[in-house]
Amino acid sequence: MSVLILVEHDGKSVKDATLATVTAATKLGEVHALVAGNNADGVAQSAAKIGGVSKVYVANAPALEHQLAEAVAPLIAKLMESHDAFVAPATTTGKNIAPRVAALLDVMQISDILSVEGPDTFTRPIYAGNAVATVRSKDTKKVITVRTTAFEKAAAEGGLASVETVDWSGDPGTSSFVSLEASESERPELTSAKIIVSGGRAFGSSEQFHSLLDPLADKLGAAVGASRAAVDAGYAPNDYQVGQTGKIVAPEVYIAIGISGAIQHLAGMKDSKTIIAINKDEEAPIFQVADIGLVGDLFKIVPELTKKL
Amino acid sequence: MKVLVAVKRVIDFNVKPRVKMDGSGVDLANVKMSMNPFDEIAVEEAIRLKEKGVATEIVAVSIGPAKAQETLRTALAMGADRAILVQTDEEVEPLAVAKILAKIAEEEQPQMVILGKQAIDDDNNATGQMLAALLGWPQGTFASKIEIADVATVTREVDGGLETVKLNLPAVVTTDLRLNEPRYASLPNIMKAKSKPLVAKSPGDYGVEVARRLETLKVVEPVKRQAGITVGSVDDLVGKLKGLGIAK
Ligand SMILES: Cc1cc2nc3c(=O)[nH]c(=O)nc-3n(C[C@H](O)[C@H](O)[C@H](O)COP(=O)(O)OP(=O)(O)OC[C@H]3O[C@@H](n4cnc5c(N)ncnc54)[C@H](O)[C@@H]3O)c2cc1C
Ligand SMILES: Nc1ncnc2c1ncn2[C@@H]1O[C@H](COP(=O)(O)O)[C@@H](O)[C@H]1O
Repeated sequence: MSVLILVEHDGKSVKDATLATVTAATKLGEVHALVAGNNADGVAQSAAKIGGVSKVYVANAPALEHQLAEAVAPLIAKLMESHDAFVAPATTTGKNIAPRVAALLDVMQISDILSVEGPDTFTRPIYAGNAVATVRSKDTKKVITVRTTAFEKAAAEGGLASVETVDWSGDPGTSSFVSLEASESERPELTSAKIIVSGGRAFGSSEQFHSLLDPLADKLGAAVGASRAAVDAGYAPNDYQVGQTGKIVAPEVYIAIGISGAIQHLAGMKDSKTIIAINKDEEAPIFQVADIGLVGDLFKIVPELTKKL
Repeated sequence: MKVLVAVKRVIDFNVKPRVKMDGSGVDLANVKMSMNPFDEIAVEEAIRLKEKGVATEIVAVSIGPAKAQETLRTALAMGADRAILVQTDEEVEPLAVAKILAKIAEEEQPQMVILGKQAIDDDNNATGQMLAALLGWPQGTFASKIEIADVATVTREVDGGLETVKLNLPAVVTTDLRLNEPRYASLPNIMKAKSKPLVAKSPGDYGVEVARRLETLKVVEPVKRQAGITVGSVDDLVGKLKGLGIAK
């Protein structure tokens, strides 16, 4: 089987989500990678080094610079004439593009796979991860998105893929990029962080969220996450949200502070290796998934913890 | 302009789903069902567009069992003008839903179709993008802000922050959580909704085959986490963190 994967990148470097995608794709067959962008030859050179990738296609066009689905999906559909499966990470980029490709190919997408059980059989979470379905695709071509926390990362270095330039001028001109308001942070990225400290509604204000959590995160070299309630209340930007409809994370250590543990939140972090919960309510559902729990007032505990670390 | 909104009847988000013993699926017997939360946001956004004088008519569509009528009545009570139920007892996949919605869009000629970004039962996050592909329309997925002039300016919640795109109309938009806070339908509006038009159709009326392409072989509960321990003090916690190698 020949598999085409979408390289997630920011125009400069290959994003980590790509590496887990390659691992999932390798289980299906020979892996080719697509770098769609503008002046993305550097990214293509990096993608060619990923272990397990045998060929890299690079398409450069102004319309591809911001990975607009309207421009990228037809390009992928064209390349799919010579591939059997398309695999993308289940990031916001992958989730935006892959279903558009699937419909162009008249294929039902297999979203957010956790494992590859066979050439047409996969497992995927449903109902916010409260159930895991084994599904078999009857489509001859497959379109798949990958839950990146469920797969090991392929080696970023050591591969020797060939790079082929694809000519592309298929911008339908129906959409355009205006701006990206990037959340700047010196801290590690949520989805690749080894340690995450995450805060909930209990922090009460944006000031308290940051004045308490940031020093703790700095001490631990951790990324900062948040529950939906904390994001909705404006304590943290939207891309901090962990959960069913936010980011899916699986760090070595996840510290949930003042988070009750609603199923939608658990869906995004329950595969963390070690979960630590701090909550004043000993009945809070978060304690049912926590390996280590501490019952008490976060306004006392967090400063003391930061000091003692 | 006319706006089409797609609403799905799903398990209520407060209910903890239980997997059936025989592994055939999730037990939905006697379980509270509601409108998919993202679709409430879609209906709310359409109503706000109408209140701003941008939208002139709101048509709500649901594909599902006869009971999905209730979901449509909720949309009508919130403020949609009329409803279309495409009735089937099959579990219809996003691709087939998108095909039906595409046919309805061809008939109705809306300037915008608003869907939820994700149904909280199958968690596919696919239907809106598929619909946009089938219609050849641009898409604004995971929207947290929509502004309409001669084009739609949509702010999207993406992994790295907030992205803004401009879309020619007609366009497909899918909603994220922070687009708006849906209203509750008032009692008088619930009463009024009972007399708003709701037509029933079948997938066959649109010539769409709803047979599944993805066959579910089994459904199981995820691996349960072992119960953990409770520590009594911050010092104990620091000790544990040292044990994990994340504190010195
Ligand atoms: C469609 C949909 C999608 C959703 N997606 C997500 C998602 O992706 N991610 C997500 O997180 N949520 C999501 N939610 C929301 C989810 O259902 C919960 O509402 C949310 O997770 C609650 O956030 P919280 O735990 O911060 O707040 P609360 O539930 O209000 O919990 C606050 C906790 O803090 C504790 N507390 C209060 N004061 C203190 C103190 N001084 N010290 C210590 N502890 C204290 C309380 O005991 C309580 O347990 C979604 C909901 C819907 C409907
Ligand atoms: N059976 C359905 N009836 C109406 N709308 C649907 C249906 N299935 C999906 N949708 C719409 O598509 C969105 C995304 O669903 P999904 O792709 O299944 O996650 C939902 O939020 C709805 O707006």
